[in-house]
Amino acid sequence: MSSSGSTTPARQLRCCGASGCRSAGSEELQAALEAARDAAGHTAQELAIKPVGCLRLCGRGPLVACDGPGGTTLYGAVPPTEAGALIEAARLGDHGNDTLQTSRLDPQLPFFALQSSVVLEGCGQVDPESIDDAIAFGTYSQLRRCLHELTPEEVREQVKRSGLRGRGGGGYPTGLKWDTVALQPPGPRYVVCNADEGDPGAFMDRSVLESDPHRLLEGLAIAAYAVGADRGYVYVRAEYPLAVERLRKALQQARRAGLLGNGIDGTSFSLTIEVRVGAGAYVCGEETALLQSIQGQRGMPRPRPPYPAQSGLWGAPTLINNVETMAAVPVILREGGDWYASMGTAGSKGTKVFALSGAVTNTGLVEVPMGTTLRSVVEVIGGGVPDGSPIKAVQTGGPSGGCIPAELLDTPVDYESLMELGSMMGSGGMVVMGETTSMPEVARHFMRFSVNESCGKCVPCRAGTVQLAQLLDRFVERRASPADMAKLDALCRMVKATSLCGLGQSAPNPVLSTLRYFRHEYEAACRQPALCEQP
Amino acid sequence: MTATSPARPAASKPSPSAEEIASRKIAQVIRRHGAQPDALIEVLHQVQEIHGYLPKQALDQVARQLRMPLSRVYGVASFYHLFTLEPPTPHRCAVCLGTACFVKGGADVAARLEQRLGVKLDDPAGNGIWAVQHVSCLGACGQAPVLVVDGVLVTKLPIDQPEALDAVLESTGMPAAGAVPA
Repeated sequence: MSSSGSTTPARQLRCCGASGCRSAGSEELQAALEAARDAAGHTAQELAIKPVGCLRLCGRGPLVACDGPGGTTLYGAVPPTEAGALIEAARLGDHGNDTLQTSRLDPQLPFFALQSSVVLEGCGQVDPESIDDAIAFGTYSQLRRCLHELTPEEVREQVKRSGLRGRGGGGYPTGLKWDTVALQPPGPRYVVCNADEGDPGAFMDRSVLESDPHRLLEGLAIAAYAVGADRGYVYVRAEYPLAVERLRKALQQARRAGLLGNGIDGTSFSLTIEVRVGAGAYVCGEETALLQSIQGQRGMPRPRPPYPAQSGLWGAPTLINNVETMAAVPVILREGGDWYASMGTAGSKGTKVFALSGAVTNTGLVEVPMGTTLRSVVEVIGGGVPDGSPIKAVQTGGPSGGCIPAELLDTPVDYESLMELGSMMGSGGMVVMGETTSMPEVARHFMRFSVNESCGKCVPCRAGTVQLAQLLDRFVERRASPADMAKLDALCRMVKATSLCGLGQSAPNPVLSTLRYFRHEYEAACRQPALCEQP
Repeated sequence: MTATSPARPAASKPSPSAEEIASRKIAQVIRRHGAQPDALIEVLHQVQEIHGYLPKQALDQVARQLRMPLSRVYGVASFYHLFTLEPPTPHRCAVCLGTACFVKGGADVAARLEQRLGVKLDDPAGNGIWAVQHVSCLGACGQAPVLVVDGVLVTKLPIDQPEALDAVLESTGMPAAGAVPA
């Protein structure tokens, strides 16, 4: 099915086969395209049809990209009955066909034109199920270069220079974390990729796993080399069956190709990687809970320090990085840390992938340099609310983040700016809310989520989230009293200050941020609104 | 995952050895993982695939063969949302209440399903035939609101058009309102 770089036909159709497009019927469309091509008497050499990963604009799926000498034309939501017309258009390189008019997407749309593909450069280009295709695209060449030409110190130096920070939400400097693990006393070490992407509204990691799994494995292997680990785990949530399937396949292919296992590429470096599938516990995205889960235990966090970098899996130093962080590593080594650091802002370097969804015209994956304003992401790239009404707020950071009101949309997207607004970068979910969304309801939505997902270990989170959810019920049902308002505020601060792990500490954020920017909505929900004025 | 992949039915032969067959399969799974205690979650996933849920006698077997206390096995099995200790209803439906689906009316979809099937959200017993549970995000936010019926993802539910929504639900094989005895 795949075609290596040297023999890529001049004309090809790339069909997105990631979950989003699959649910929109990409498999039927691809089969119809193959049948139409054969019926028209064209060979795969003349016109290849290649399954690829995410082509970004998930809301218009199934997506097909037509490559030809004249460039690339993208189509969205082509009905299988039009497969013949699409084959003809691709064959002739004539994309003026009227019957496909409504499906043709303008490549000059800001949604495409303003993106910079760094982490996602292979998504939509490579066949996620073919290691040959990945290698032809250049994957694993940086791993080989590291093993043969660079010392672990030199690899870590490039990562430090890049200024890369953890993309799972924490924003801890990646190079520093790698150094901490590498400089622990001699003994076994582990590398772990956190692919337990649980924030509602986030699907960046799923897209990377489904679209370009070999890039992730390359990043993980480079990390293992840099910190001296010979064993690694990828912890994926069970809710992503296609990602698990493709990752397992990629691992098997990499082992067969000698890119994982003993004596990789003729060197003395060995690495075994295992996939561990979660079982539906959001808290396992927290690193100490994740380690418990990998060891077959209940996923309950423990206090830090010691940090996993010092004492992680089975007490050994363990490096834990998120999918997007690991997937950024190969390109940093290829282009150099300084190149990566030239993008972004002073404190937040490089690019960030966002999953854009909610009340927005263009839903899908967006990769932009750090420091891009929220407005250009949601209004220019996202195209604003579908019916043209104004945006009310943008939710970032999932259940740990907050709602940023429309008047602050000119804020640049970086770790510090979002934190100042009482939200956070989080893993990259961005949900746009229109005028009709009620903020106390949003806050209750997240609080119910936290109630469900609290592991029960510490009281502030286990009992506090339940109390908060009950208080929020009163606001949603418009039977709150002025005293409830004060109680809500105080309880939020208590849960934030005293919970054991990040889940509990950040659970009040959606309430606090909506209280801060949309206080009038809470006041209006009081029985005697006039008494609710801030003391 | 319980929500999207219908569990493989247990060996349905009426022969008295159905339980033995399942038990032999579980022993095989445990052997394949080298009887390592850290494989507990993987083992439970596969036990659930064999039985459709985690029956008591299977948990006993896992504890014995992984050489750990039953309390630990039960502790893990009851901690994770995707493990279920009760036999599932023949038909299941998972409605997404992630943030994107919430903004696009996921809660209305849930209410519609409760009414149509005469069930309560997240009641595993449902109406005996159908049960509706919520999930917190399926990562299909671009197609919100979404729902999974017996393992099939249904996207872009027309929440503003009740008749169109009913037609979509009808096409998934879900009985009409009032068709199921409460």
